[in-house]
Amino acid sequence: MTAETAKEALSLEEKERAYAQIANVIDLYRRKEDSLVQILHLAQEIYGHLPLELQQFISREMNIPLSQVSGVVSFYSFFSTVPRGRHTIRVCLGTACYVRGGKKIVEYLQDKLQVELGGTTDDGSFTFEVARCIGACGLAPAFMIDDTVYKQVNVNKLDKILGQYY
Amino acid sequence: MVNLTINNQKVTVEDGITIMEAARRNNIHIPSLCYLQGIHQAGACRICVVEVEGAKNLQASCITQVAEGMVVHTNTERVRRARKMLYELMLSDHSQDCLTCSRNLSCEFQALGKLLGVDDTRFEGERSPFQVDASVSVTRDMTKCILCRRCVTVCNEIQGVGAMSPQNRGFKTEIGPAMKLPLGKVNCALCGQCTIVCPVGALNETDSTRDVWEALSDPRKFTVVQVAPAVRVALGEEFGLPAGSRVTGKLAAALRRLGFKRVFDTNFAADLTIMEEVTEFLTRARDALTGKGAVLPMITSCSPGWIKFIEHNFYELLNHLSTCKSPHCMLGALVKSFYAESINVKPENIYTVSVMPCTAKKFEIEREEMVNNGNKNVDAVITTRELAQMIKTAGIDFLTLPDEEFDNPLGLSTGAADIFGLTGGVMEAALRTAYELVTGREIPFDGLHVTPIVGLEQIKTATIKFIDVLPEYSFMEGLELKVAVTSGLAGARMLMEQLAKGESPYHFIEVMGCPGGCMMGGGQPRSSDPDVREKRMSGLYSEDESKQYRKSHENPYIKLLYEKYLGEPNGPKSHELLHTHYVPRGKFNELTTEDFVIEIDESTKRRVARATRQEAKVPALVKAEPETVSARILELEAENRKLKSELQDTQETVEIMKLVLSKYSKQG
Repeated sequence: MTAETAKEALSLEEKERAYAQIANVIDLYRRKEDSLVQILHLAQEIYGHLPLELQQFISREMNIPLSQVSGVVSFYSFFSTVPRGRHTIRVCLGTACYVRGGKKIVEYLQDKLQVELGGTTDDGSFTFEVARCIGACGLAPAFMIDDTVYKQVNVNKLDKILGQYY
Repeated sequence: MVNLTINNQKVTVEDGITIMEAARRNNIHIPSLCYLQGIHQAGACRICVVEVEGAKNLQASCITQVAEGMVVHTNTERVRRARKMLYELMLSDHSQDCLTCSRNLSCEFQALGKLLGVDDTRFEGERSPFQVDASVSVTRDMTKCILCRRCVTVCNEIQGVGAMSPQNRGFKTEIGPAMKLPLGKVNCALCGQCTIVCPVGALNETDSTRDVWEALSDPRKFTVVQVAPAVRVALGEEFGLPAGSRVTGKLAAALRRLGFKRVFDTNFAADLTIMEEVTEFLTRARDALTGKGAVLPMITSCSPGWIKFIEHNFYELLNHLSTCKSPHCMLGALVKSFYAESINVKPENIYTVSVMPCTAKKFEIEREEMVNNGNKNVDAVITTRELAQMIKTAGIDFLTLPDEEFDNPLGLSTGAADIFGLTGGVMEAALRTAYELVTGREIPFDGLHVTPIVGLEQIKTATIKFIDVLPEYSFMEGLELKVAVTSGLAGARMLMEQLAKGESPYHFIEVMGCPGGCMMGGGQPRSSDPDVREKRMSGLYSEDESKQYRKSHENPYIKLLYEKYLGEPNGPKSHELLHTHYVPRGKFNELTTEDFVIEIDESTKRRVARATRQEAKVPALVKAEPETVSARILELEAENRKLKSELQDTQETVEIMKLVLSKYSKQG
């Protein structure tokens, strides 16, 4: 399954390193409850996603009940409790991108990658999302892979772009 | 003081209070739902909205503070319409099977609808995802939840447990444990305080009355019932009596009429607990004071919610707990051994039922440790509320019942046992016996009440000096015994954190899981009387004072029991039947595979099926009726206005850009 493949991406050693790093982050924020969102944000950056086990770790370290940690994680759509792909594709569907063919890009990618919106590809390469607006309206239609913005794309360019990420 | 006007009435109230309070003090009632004075004031449900002159929006009166010169209207057309609309919106995501709900006619949400005069449900639409989750103690039926968040406040702030919080967002919001984990698998203490504050039928004790009815009508079963001390000062409330009314005699009579073959008193076992616990404590004290080393402070173990709490959160301190089982399990064990032998009935054929003020007791009897010779000590626990229901179902006219006695020998108790039902009571009972055993004199307090530990404060402490002790207790001479008493798990957490740091100055600690003790337990009647704690407390103290014997060691049947059967306190027979051990569970239940989840019962399953069918039938759209239409039109018009102004802004920007461009092209 999707989740399993991506989980295997982290070896035990990497996992331990990630936990140590997260513990460090918590220390940097002095275990302050107010900083929970930032800590979760960084934890997801480090670990990739926020599974129950990691939420328990954060709950224990910060002395915040698990139900409250999970409450915050489930509140914000940015947080994910299931493994994410190695790369995140965000297709802009803001007004400008939408009218200039953003939807076609979504359809093409869905078909090519065989993935639902919000889902992760079977090989764990990509997590597929849409964004409301990425602030590149003049370059519409645009989409992002991780932190790179691809501008004025059309369906013919997509294969080449995706090819760089395998 | 602040002067303001409420409904054209000039009033003067003290600074810092809310509009709701100010109105109440001037006999103006503002309807509310989620508001719980002093506990939950979050403005979550917004039913208590009022109009404040000068404020654009309606204000939630439970969180808005009064201000000088404020002009408030609590009963305008706008307010009434808003309240009704809010109510109907909440109703639209509520299962609405009121006729078959355990809270029918005792539901705050139902009562509010009547109060507001709601006579229609205009909104039919999607319902939140259906979920029922049953643990052995508490059942969560989220189809009934109206998201008032009272349980969240009680669980997180009052009890400091944090087993449930809001999960997800918006329409999908659900109050529950993390990641959809069932209550029986998380750190919930199963104290049931959430079931007390839930205004609807979303949080309830898990029903045991079915099993008890079945046992009562099974001729092969020899049914034995026992009643906890706190039940006798609360059960009457379910039949219209004021809080704290003592109904001990009627209670015994009612149980007999329900068909129980023997009606015993958990109080008897409370006296027994004192004998065992005091002996255990004096042994630990001797070992500690004579250099042998012993684990002190010793902590009481009568409250199963507290036990589950420490097993989750402070499992490294479990050896501080007294090894005594809780009184009702002791009594259950005795009924199926000593008493079974004396009446020549096989223990397998005995069915023991405990009537408890507690939901955690339902969990306790499922523990593997509460079994002797393959028989569960107690077969079923029903709460005070469940007993009231059974009495009503049976058609027993409770108020006209004669006063009857409990059956002996397991029914006689001293006053020391009665006060087990309130915070400080177990400690006082223990001190009455310990002091007298050690010094040969009565404990030197007026009326035997250890005054520093009487009352409803979160943490109470006392120091008792032992002088002129009897020769066999010479090791206690001059000891200043330090005791602490707490009720509610937040207080317990404070004392345990102190202990974990090695800073606890105490020798003996009493913990009860619910704030106020068992009399305010999670299985007690839901009361709207603001003085319910004081009233139940004085009920229990007067029950104590009315007794012929006031000290556990004076109970003649206890003496007889040791002579005839148990031998001596903490002896081998006692250890086998009356003592137990504890299980480290871990903060996330990670140290054990044991969980307390149960399958939901058949009737609930049928309800789930019915609701699913209903959901399929109802299309997910809002039925637009005249009043809603006008609301929607207003909404659309507002949106339209907003879009127009946005368009205007954009056009202005375009003009500016054109200007800039033309300048550039001229320059270029």
